[in-house]
Amino acid sequence: MDAAPVEPISRFHDDVHLVAALRAGDAEAFAVLVDRHHAAMVRVARAYVGSADSAEDAVQDAWLGVIRGIERFEGRSSLTTWLYRIVIHRSISRGTREARVIPFSTMGPAEPAVHADRFEHSGPDAGWWRSHDEVPDLTADEILSRESRTMIDRLIAALPSNQRLVITLRDVLGLSATETCEILGVTEGNQRVLLHRARSRVREDLVGYLAS
Amino acid sequence: MTTMDPELCCQELVELVTEWMEGALSTADDARLVAHLADCEPCTAYVEQLRLVVAASRLDEGAGPSSATRARLLELFEHAPDDDL
Repeated sequence: MDAAPVEPISRFHDDVHLVAALRAGDAEAFAVLVDRHHAAMVRVARAYVGSADSAEDAVQDAWLGVIRGIERFEGRSSLTTWLYRIVIHRSISRGTREARVIPFSTMGPAEPAVHADRFEHSGPDAGWWRSHDEVPDLTADEILSRESRTMIDRLIAALPSNQRLVITLRDVLGLSATETCEILGVTEGNQRVLLHRARSRVREDLVGYLAS
Repeated sequence: MTTMDPELCCQELVELVTEWMEGALSTADDARLVAHLADCEPCTAYVEQLRLVVAASRLDEGAGPSSATRARLLELFEHAPDDDL
């Protein structure tokens, strides 16, 4: 993707002004909105649909919905929440073949963050790591590298849907727990469990990959 | 969740770490977790790795649509029928 053009010091810094300008048909405001949110919306769509192409298509649909719906946006939710909800709706209706959406009432089976075999089973050290090697030594640079980020992207894509959705909104897009719960319609507790499982798995698989 | 044991073990820590990072642990469990980290290098490394993975997951702020997509979307906006706006 091309880098977004530098935004003019903006009368659109505020959602309120941006929405007002959009309603007035201001094309510059729409360009700012697109530059600001398109990439994030594609990530949301990818959390729902199978392929990157489908995600781009779903987001194109979503933008059409935004253009048509901006008149009706009441500002009860934040602009971001509203945008993401449109994307989610379009992603789900676009291809239920691909959108592997599981109702959030289904949390899935409990799974440990780290396999029990990595810890001592008995004796005075029961529950402690078997050895220091169980947590490989990795530098920050290794984990933050381009290669690593690409791997993380793949690992997130491979997660069970509900975990993938939560980690995408929380960690990839940096949304708050509150906003994530609002967008997904999930309780804070369930959101936290899903985040925990997702992060634990991504960390474990990434570290395994980097250390090998 | 409050553990009964005065001391937290590594296996418990890896389960509590997300709650801890969210600030959702009880004061007692928070203290136990922090105390454990002070004495346990692998757990300290584990938490640090988790934090770095979260940071590395973050979408690049500068990312935007391709020029082609951007142009297409702007065209959609400009040509949207007036009664839709």
